[in-house]
Amino acid sequence: MTTRLVGAKVQRVEDQRLLRGRGRYVDDVAVHAGTPTLHAAVLRSPHAHARIVDIDVEGVLDVEGVHAVWTWEDLSGPMADPLPLLIPHPALTQGRTQYALAREEVNYVGEAVAFVVADDRYLAEDAVDRIRVTWEPLPPVVGIDAARAAEHLVHDDVPGNVGARLEQEVGDTRAALERAPHRLSLDLAVERSASMPLEGRGVVARWDPDVARLQVWSSTQTATGVRAAVATKLGLDLAQVDVITPDVGGGFGVKINHPWPEELLVPMAARALGRTVRFTEDRREHFISSAHERAQLHHVEVGFDDDGRLLGLEVTFWHDHGAYTPYGLIVPIITSTQLLGPYKPQAYRVVFESLYTNTVMVTPYRGAGRPQGCFVMERTMDAIARELGKDRAEVRAVNFIQPDEFPFDQGLVFQDGRELEYDSGDYPASLEKLKQLVDWDGFEGLRAEMAAQGRRVGIGLACYVEGTGVGPYEGAHVHVETSGKVKVATGLTTQGQGHATVFAQLVADVLGVPLADVEVVTGDTRRMPYAVGTFASRSAVMSGSAVHLAAQRAREKALRIAAEALEAEVDDLEITDGVISVKGSPGASIDLGTVAVLSNPLRYAFDEASKAATQFSVGDPGRPPVPEDDEPGLEGRDFYSPERSTFASGMHAVVVETDPDTAEVRILKYAVVHDCGRLINPMIVEGQIQGGVAQGVGGALYERMAYDDNGQLLNASFMDFLMPYVTEVPESIEIDHLETPSPLNPIGVKGAGEAGVIPSAAVFAAAIEDAEGFPVTAMPISPSELFALREQHREQHREQHKEDA
Amino acid sequence: MSEERHEIRLEVNGASYDLAVPARRLLSDVLRHDLGLTGTHVGCEHGVCGACTVLFDGAPVRSCLVLAVSAVDTEITTVEGLGGPDGSLGPVQQAFLECHGLQCGFCTPGFLTTITAGLRDNPHPTREEAREMVAGNLCRCTGYHNIVKAVERAAELAHGTGTP
Repeated sequence: MTTRLVGAKVQRVEDQRLLRGRGRYVDDVAVHAGTPTLHAAVLRSPHAHARIVDIDVEGVLDVEGVHAVWTWEDLSGPMADPLPLLIPHPALTQGRTQYALAREEVNYVGEAVAFVVADDRYLAEDAVDRIRVTWEPLPPVVGIDAARAAEHLVHDDVPGNVGARLEQEVGDTRAALERAPHRLSLDLAVERSASMPLEGRGVVARWDPDVARLQVWSSTQTATGVRAAVATKLGLDLAQVDVITPDVGGGFGVKINHPWPEELLVPMAARALGRTVRFTEDRREHFISSAHERAQLHHVEVGFDDDGRLLGLEVTFWHDHGAYTPYGLIVPIITSTQLLGPYKPQAYRVVFESLYTNTVMVTPYRGAGRPQGCFVMERTMDAIARELGKDRAEVRAVNFIQPDEFPFDQGLVFQDGRELEYDSGDYPASLEKLKQLVDWDGFEGLRAEMAAQGRRVGIGLACYVEGTGVGPYEGAHVHVETSGKVKVATGLTTQGQGHATVFAQLVADVLGVPLADVEVVTGDTRRMPYAVGTFASRSAVMSGSAVHLAAQRAREKALRIAAEALEAEVDDLEITDGVISVKGSPGASIDLGTVAVLSNPLRYAFDEASKAATQFSVGDPGRPPVPEDDEPGLEGRDFYSPERSTFASGMHAVVVETDPDTAEVRILKYAVVHDCGRLINPMIVEGQIQGGVAQGVGGALYERMAYDDNGQLLNASFMDFLMPYVTEVPESIEIDHLETPSPLNPIGVKGAGEAGVIPSAAVFAAAIEDAEGFPVTAMPISPSELFALREQHREQHREQHKEDA
Repeated sequence: MSEERHEIRLEVNGASYDLAVPARRLLSDVLRHDLGLTGTHVGCEHGVCGACTVLFDGAPVRSCLVLAVSAVDTEITTVEGLGGPDGSLGPVQQAFLECHGLQCGFCTPGFLTTITAGLRDNPHPTREEAREMVAGNLCRCTGYHNIVKAVERAAELAHGTGTP
């Protein structure tokens, strides 16, 4: 009997390559090709806001080894138009996107201005240094306050710097607030951070004149998206463009945006020069010319009863979307809807403004607006508990959607234009597990014990619900070769999530073949041209379901052919270790490879096995060799397109110690309860959670984008932007799973990719507040900020005392 | 004007390579683009992330901070040189496989070389020493827990006290 692989901690198949240094990342592609690859470098704006008076490229071509230089003036056709606005939304009335190379004006430090191709990157950078630009600096708009004040405008034709304003309401919130026995208001803030994968962006392109075809490799989260954009912009037929996603060194959201200027300029240059061209972003470029996320300011009005039950919630927030809006309003829409978490607000009104600033644009970063929404809701829950003097867990519990209330419709429209309707979950059970894991009820004992030693500790918890697996669809193709080996292709891309393993697990279980016989390819438009991409924790749900369905189709066909060959009924057959046999009579069997041979009627035999499929050996002479409703080959192809998202959920708790002198924050305990439906590979899911928590620690305590008033990013290096090393992450994370299967897909899964990072800002703010005894309303929080808060509260106390005296 | 090139001989993973390179060319670029040893990755080009770490006579060095012309007279080991001669995984590589010590795999070669050197100096690290051993390398995917476990597991494998 083949052991069931779904649900098992299966070791990753991709590791064999990656551990030997045989991964193939985009900067590794074509290193071994015959003709030397050319390298590109980009001249980027040094100004946050300026008009381009003149660009002088005279000196550039004198540099030996330089092949070409482009500015906007040299672009033609669709390449000279602004880049696409990928996700138009009716509320985005003032959407703006940049040009592949800046035309007349730049709006952030790092915006691409000129593009040089040379023999190597060193020479290309020498050439970039020789380009002379005459600038007319304009006043920059930096930060949400400056954007709202609108003393200056980012885009002359966008009044008030407001790109969009969107409002949603369920119930009569104003009336509910007025009637509520208790009311509170809060002002909250979250700063900018970024995905910051260890591998930056990169593109390689090769134009093959023999077949008039373009091959593009990109470190992207969407191969099909890049393909469509490149074809459109370069005026090629889709059939002339292949996009291949090689190994990708992390994405975390930033690589879903496309096409980046370089994703178009590199193929354009490759075609123009007839040479393979490469662009590999350096770290500073990644900081100043890819994308950031997170920055928002929030105002909350909440009304509640004596138990802490929400009666009305009104949230107004301001979202900094940077200089351009290629990715539409996805991030603030997610904040505004996912803010509700596992709770029933009774009446809810949310309104946001999405604002232009002269900074790097904002597109989704792991969590994509959810961490901010979770921060707002959980800070509100804590404020209610504090106001009523109640246990923070109890206040949450009275607001939970109950297990018997699913599917639960929140009455809002989600990021995909569909209803925000939760499919399943068990929030009270999750809370119980979390309280056990972190010893919530025993914490006061620990606090007293620590206080006796002069130490200060605090505990916090935060809950979230995450809409995962958004549509529109994904597809998969499963092909059983005559060797019995199984080749699987799905179009979405992989950035370290272990897709080659988990999709193989699904296929191996359905087809009854050993895992080692299954090979998975992702993100190659030659193998699967219909796909969407990897974002919103959707791979397991979308491609996982599609792979499962495609494998089932291949299985059905295999059993049909085998039944004929074995003269048995389909229902009497089973597949074990790649062999189909009649249950209870092991002698009557045929292996999958032979079935694959039989599935493809041949005129020409190419080896011994294939002789069995030639026209003199098989088939009923009275019927066509391939029946009308059939196709040759043992293959399965299917697509999965759900009505709406699945909703994963979870809860985190942390115990911190704050240093009474230095205000440093130390993590003593971190606990996670996570429900992503059925687990395909628990080892991989736990890895995702651990990685997410580490990123969350960075976002809560260390990482921020330090822009000065001129729009210069002051910390654009790993020296100054503080990502956690091992020394900053909790020494252990207690993880417990709850599995409430999703009824929406055939494998019962929900997504797991983003979960670890969503509640971090909320849970750390709660724990630090609990330790310190004053509200924490802005994240991230550094030791010096915590120190300043202490001083401020001490001062307020003194003033209060004076007044009282 | 064309760049002056310098003739050098590099010893990498037991093989000798004769090259002519400009003085400013980084060892990381030479390994990757001139020798085709693309297992060494470049994450920051300022010596902070550790992805490009290689071994100089067994000691860890950030190849993005070394000029190739100064890398002569030393035996360089890259990730491609960490396995057994029969193509099997070395103990640190095997430990990463068993402990799920990698996700995207981009930072991994730098961890593998760093830990190889670390275990040479300290074959039996405590948990705290295992954390210390990898405290100079950045990983954005794993959260480091499984990397620390892999250090401990690699120590076991290297001494034959664990079965793969």
